[in-house]
Amino acid sequence: MPVPKTLGIETEYGIVLRGTDDPQPILASSLLINAYLADRDDGGPSQRVSWDFEDESPAQDQRGETPLHALAPEIETHLVNAVLTNGARYYVDHAHPEYSSPECADARSVVVHDRAGEEILIRSMKAANDVLNNGQEIVVYKNNSDGKGNSYGCHENYLMDRATPFGQIVQHGITHFISRQIFTGSGKVGTELPGCSRDEVDFQITQRADFFEEPVGLETTLKRPIINTRDEPHADARKYRRLHVIAGDANMSEVATYLKVGTTAIVLAMVEQNAISRPLNFADPVRAMQQISLDLSLKRTVELEDGTRVRATEIQRGLFEDAQAFIEAHGVDDVGGPVALDVMSRWEHTLDALETDPMKLSTTLDWVAKYRLFDAYRERHDLAWDDARLAAMDIQYHDMRPGRGLAKKIGLEEIVTEAEVAEAMTVPPSDTRAFFRGECLRKWPTDVVAANWDSIVFDVGTDPLRRIPMMEPTKGTRDHVGSVLEECSTPLELLERLSG
Amino acid sequence: MAEREQKKVAPDREEVQQSDLPAPSASSEQLKSDMDDLLDEIDEVLETNAEDFVKSYIQKGGQ
Repeated sequence: MPVPKTLGIETEYGIVLRGTDDPQPILASSLLINAYLADRDDGGPSQRVSWDFEDESPAQDQRGETPLHALAPEIETHLVNAVLTNGARYYVDHAHPEYSSPECADARSVVVHDRAGEEILIRSMKAANDVLNNGQEIVVYKNNSDGKGNSYGCHENYLMDRATPFGQIVQHGITHFISRQIFTGSGKVGTELPGCSRDEVDFQITQRADFFEEPVGLETTLKRPIINTRDEPHADARKYRRLHVIAGDANMSEVATYLKVGTTAIVLAMVEQNAISRPLNFADPVRAMQQISLDLSLKRTVELEDGTRVRATEIQRGLFEDAQAFIEAHGVDDVGGPVALDVMSRWEHTLDALETDPMKLSTTLDWVAKYRLFDAYRERHDLAWDDARLAAMDIQYHDMRPGRGLAKKIGLEEIVTEAEVAEAMTVPPSDTRAFFRGECLRKWPTDVVAANWDSIVFDVGTDPLRRIPMMEPTKGTRDHVGSVLEECSTPLELLERLSG
Repeated sequence: MAEREQKKVAPDREEVQQSDLPAPSASSEQLKSDMDDLLDEIDEVLETNAEDFVKSYIQKGGQ
């Protein structure tokens, strides 16, 4: 059964408190988010609505067991934790500010909400820095590595059919996640592979490939797996899985984010329908992932289990051709509608260029843009690749401060408008359950006591608190509940309408 | 917590050997002059002490 590919993206930002010897990242992250919550004027709750942890189970494994040794020593560290009127979650995770977009129905909507997240971080920095003194300043970075072996993630989530055998997801997921790096990579100077010194590599395609150690597993903070097995659907578990993808880079380029989530939604729909014509088994998936990240020429091959070898571009071309046949046969209703057709066209154009002259993509792909810029700078100042100035530029490419971030200066193509992004800072997508969550928060800020992905809890004045479950990610849209929400003036009325 | 605790395994030399770096495509004069302006600007906004800045950029591991 095909399941509409409801999807979302979550980003842990790097954070620095400048002007002090004691950076205290957890405190700085809390200050950043609290400053935003105090400053915003989105009509949202004046008192903060907190996240509801009922039913969360990040240690549940898709493979049906939860091995004790696989439990991360620290599953989640929850400090500031807010739900916004756009349906997003904004919180401190580990020692980073994290923004989880609301559920979206297509790749373009993900880009709009990812960009809205960036703008919320920018506004948070301004609000926080207005209250800081003594020359201190908080700066956030949308990257995935500090260049010293510490990584933090940009994760994607896709709704999938529970009936699809997990083994199929593993096989084709690995194939796509390691080969899509050629357009999802954000680029990095040097390597952080254990046992290597940083300058053994000049430049590689991704921020993140150095940090993977297993093909499949439950971890996210150490021994990272290409396929994460966390089984926490945040939806009806009898019908759905949520595939939690931890193998991607945070992108500054809108086109890169668009291709990353757009192609993945289509590939996962193909997995559900058994529509991938050439199943691949890699001799060593983790090594193949790292080899692809290191090969800027895109000409090298990686080894399959049967001893044959294949290029990343060939793998992607194969998936693209299967996707053409798939869409011909099944249409685009479950993979993002008309947006999926545009994803297909960009996917094809991108592969054409990657196969002939990757440098043509310097306005659409982060790794190409970064490489071209750094190479020109290196040439102008006659620098070696391991020069500290290039390492500094590598961090500054991802600097979110207007006027400072290099990515925002190099003319990357924009595919969504400023007006859409500004609206998405406070308004939820209309075509997923995020609409219901966001609208309830906007309309009854003081009556909502808590919310999470799959429920919302109201205090209607009399005991007990009333929970509204939202186990269907494609329901609770404007079409479904827009008029009901408009007609109800109190949460009690809403509860009565919904139960009647 | 959550500092990286990877097992230290030295990868094959072949693996980290840099493959042929691509040459920037034959760019038009316009592109080149745009790039020149951008490089001027980078010189202005680049952290003044790159070495110290890079050293001090330390993050706790996350997910």
